[in-house]
Amino acid sequence: MLIIKDTCVGCGVCVEKCPYDALSMEEGVAVVDHDKCTLCSACVKVCPVDAIEIEESESKAKIDISQYSGVWVLAEQRNNELLNVSLELVSEGRKLADELNEKLTAVVLGSDLSKAAKELVAQGADQVYIVEDEELAQYRTAPYTKVIAEMINKCKPEIVILGATHNGRDLGPRISARINTGLTADCTKLAIDKERGILLQTRPAFGGNLMATIICPEHRPQMSTVRPGVMTKEEANYERTGQIEYLEADLAAEDLSAEVKKEGVILKFKAEFSQEDLLTEIKQIVKEAHHSVNLEAADIIVSGGRGVGDPKGFAVIKELAEVLGGEVGASRAVVDEGWIEKDHQVGQTGKTVKPRLYIACGISGAIQHRAGMQNADLIIAINTDAEAPIFNICDYGIVGDLHKIVPMLTDVCKDILAEERK
Amino acid sequence: MDFNLTEEHKMVRKIFREFAEKEVAPIAAEIDETHEFPMENLKKMIKADMMGIPFPQEYGGAGSDTLSYIIGVEELSYACATHGVILSAHTSLGAHPIYKYGTEEQKQKYLVPLAKGEKLGAFGLTEPNAGTDAASQTTVAELDGDEYILNGNKIFITNAGVADIFIIMAMTDKSKGTRGISAFIVEADTPGFTVGKKEDKMGINASDTRELIFRDCRVPKENLLGKVGMGFKIAMATLDGGRIGIAAQALGIAQRALDETVQYTKEREQFGRPISKFQGLQWYIAEMATKVEAARNLVYKAALTKQEGKPFSKEAAMAKLFASETAMAVTTKAVQIFGGYGYMKEYPIERLMRDAKITEIYEGTSEVQKMVIAGSVLR
Amino acid sequence: MVNIIVCIKQVPDTNEVKIDKKKGTLIREGVPSIINPEDKNGLEAAIRLKEENGGKVTVISMGPPQAKVALKEALAMGADEAILLSDRAFAGSDTWATAYTISQAIKEIDKFDVIFCGRQAIDGDTAQVGPQIAENLNLNQLTYVSEFTVVGEKVNARRELEQGYSELETSLPVLVTVLESINKPRYASIKGIVDAHRNQEVKVWTTADFKVDKSKLGLDASPTQVHETFVPVHETKGEILTGSHQDMVENLVKKLRSENVV
Repeated sequence: MLIIKDTCVGCGVCVEKCPYDALSMEEGVAVVDHDKCTLCSACVKVCPVDAIEIEESESKAKIDISQYSGVWVLAEQRNNELLNVSLELVSEGRKLADELNEKLTAVVLGSDLSKAAKELVAQGADQVYIVEDEELAQYRTAPYTKVIAEMINKCKPEIVILGATHNGRDLGPRISARINTGLTADCTKLAIDKERGILLQTRPAFGGNLMATIICPEHRPQMSTVRPGVMTKEEANYERTGQIEYLEADLAAEDLSAEVKKEGVILKFKAEFSQEDLLTEIKQIVKEAHHSVNLEAADIIVSGGRGVGDPKGFAVIKELAEVLGGEVGASRAVVDEGWIEKDHQVGQTGKTVKPRLYIACGISGAIQHRAGMQNADLIIAINTDAEAPIFNICDYGIVGDLHKIVPMLTDVCKDILAEERK
Repeated sequence: MDFNLTEEHKMVRKIFREFAEKEVAPIAAEIDETHEFPMENLKKMIKADMMGIPFPQEYGGAGSDTLSYIIGVEELSYACATHGVILSAHTSLGAHPIYKYGTEEQKQKYLVPLAKGEKLGAFGLTEPNAGTDAASQTTVAELDGDEYILNGNKIFITNAGVADIFIIMAMTDKSKGTRGISAFIVEADTPGFTVGKKEDKMGINASDTRELIFRDCRVPKENLLGKVGMGFKIAMATLDGGRIGIAAQALGIAQRALDETVQYTKEREQFGRPISKFQGLQWYIAEMATKVEAARNLVYKAALTKQEGKPFSKEAAMAKLFASETAMAVTTKAVQIFGGYGYMKEYPIERLMRDAKITEIYEGTSEVQKMVIAGSVLR
Repeated sequence: MVNIIVCIKQVPDTNEVKIDKKKGTLIREGVPSIINPEDKNGLEAAIRLKEENGGKVTVISMGPPQAKVALKEALAMGADEAILLSDRAFAGSDTWATAYTISQAIKEIDKFDVIFCGRQAIDGDTAQVGPQIAENLNLNQLTYVSEFTVVGEKVNARRELEQGYSELETSLPVLVTVLESINKPRYASIKGIVDAHRNQEVKVWTTADFKVDKSKLGLDASPTQVHETFVPVHETKGEILTGSHQDMVENLVKKLRSENVV
């Protein structure tokens, strides 16, 4: 990185903006600590006088990105049932494809995919590519990578997105390394830069303290894994394409252009595997819910304080937590009273938590409780005392009796979730 | 002054800090209340070679130096002063005299297991009527053939109920006064040697403090440490070193109180703004921070002086005097700033204040330190 | 005898990173640098594997010269050798370029049976470099691993899933990315620290020390680039809802849904 000394006016904006602490002011001019600088270019953009440049070497190997078009969603199935995140991504992919005025293709691998394929069409895909094989029934790195990398090489999509599930984050990087393109992990927002026609991929870094927007300007496809639950799933529409046409193709074929371009098509690919692809064997898959209290890792915490009244009062708190798939927290007061176990305690002498949602029920919000939860992304307070300090740090507050409000909230959430499951 | 902190020292600090945060801090309030000796943590410390930091590797030690050891006591005490004194009493008082005055056989037999942490050390000098006046020892050791027979009582002995190896001072010749005192290595399971009940203290509650009772306790002659009559000299030299450890303990307590106070004053709001915005409190904090920094300078300087092999009695006494009084002043002020919260056990502040007090008392009261310092300055 | 390579990264302790709310930037001053936590679990798994079977643990990292400290700590914990890949040419590498560079360095190292990586680094949370190295070296990969055993050539692992886990069997050589739950890393012993500083060296490799295609290094070769960074604004809205109980609850649920938290 280069700072043009004559141009630099020493305003210090770059020093403040540098997320890596690599810039400082010396004698009125910004200087770079090259050991700390990661060339993230945050400074280049904020410099008001264009005094910072990043040198680019001439010898860059360029690939022809114009051959690539279309948006792909790599859908994931478990026991041939699509995951929710895959449907969310089809909805998101639809938006991206429409903005680019291109086709949306959903790709899914498994052993029996007729139902899943139709679902993907209903969700918004223009075409669906499926690969059915007993060896693909359950996710395994090697055969999945092989098939999808071959498909990408053959069909050249411009954008490929997949869910940031454990399997998605096992598969995504493996593919990106094989086909030599970039991959942005665990995105929470996707958008198209209309001017350049490229994908803007936004994701949290530094434990959520910083957001970064990543681009992949000169390699294709542009790949992202996307965090489950952040994109909105649109209503499925089983009427959206008329007659679905079924086609078959061999991945090894020379020219697939005729098949892959058609819309309203479910295209079934054939694939073959070598011994080497099947080296890893799945002995068994065990399904189990997590039971231990893990407040630090929880996305959602519903906490109860003295306002719950007595140990039995915690039932309503627990029920809401269960419906929301969250954990139960508590103030020190109720732990000391013995209403709930110590490992639920949030605050100075308990756990420090940072969930996406913290619902404080009947908690006044003394300084020692706030110390443990004030960094939650969204804080809801429910308390009868309108003057309780918890209302000063909450995003949304309800003044009222938690024993009336919490069960009501539970019911509404239950109804919504039940509907969504349908 | 950066005290030439090497990369090695910095990593020692990092590891102790991590250990203190993850293993020690979570149980500090609990053992303060239950008074339970932190045996599980001691085992973890042994695994990490924390029990013989300054001793050479050929004697089972980690092969580091005094400053590393002092940094260790400081970081442990930041989380829990009890852990700090366990390490300090073991290293400075139990193991160090054997390293300095022991024969090769004694080192192999006792220093090696102490430095490895297989055995825990303790030191017995104080008696009911011999505190600051350490020369009025009444514990006696009489030579009988190949053995010394010990009779008498020692009180307020740190690690007493858990230690395996004790350094014990006893009179071998009353007529010679301080020159009649000799030092002995006594194993915990020696017949005739028992310990009293665990003392109930104001602070450092989980530290195992007890009376040592010797009734016709027969110790082999080869367990005499140094020469006959050298005991007082050994005791004084041992305490010189021990004082740097206690000073480091006081420093850790003071630093913790300062850090807690800084954080609290930024978060606590009164009259609509954080109390750190009030100048009255800013002045308190400035004074506290300055004292802690000055204490650190004295403590590290004493450790470096010892490490370089120079005389360090005065430096050690100054370090302990200043660091312990700083710990007391800073923790007392911290309680005041925390107000009602400071007086409650939910916050660690009141424990820090109770723990701080002992640093002005043991291994020589503040007044003894002043005697040592004056003696050196006026010489 | 197993020969083990562990990939580690030095990261800022993100728990200590604070936000300057006025300026909207990160305060990194005084934030300690640490070995990425899950990489430490990988190192612990490697040391245990060596203790059980004999062999050698080589730790490798890519980063600025100050990352040596992390490798010293790895030596203090019980690694036998440490290599730091450090060259200005590596600056600005994304996961693809990082994985390329590390893979090339690993090719220089004699022979290995297992490569351990942490699942992901706390400063980037990408979880990509491990699988990308596996691809470059044409290795089997096992990710999200919470239990791992080697008997002869056979490898058994428990791989955590969102709900539940799978039991996998494969054979050496293999690259494993581990979760924090796989073990509790030991503390570097004080003796280990002394030895690491007085008797052991961290080897520093620049582009001159191993075979690399210079057009595949650093920012220029990285497919992805940081377009911009910003601190997420989180202001408490402090909105007190009104109306009947039913109104308030419905209103709240609407808000929660628009915030995408439920």
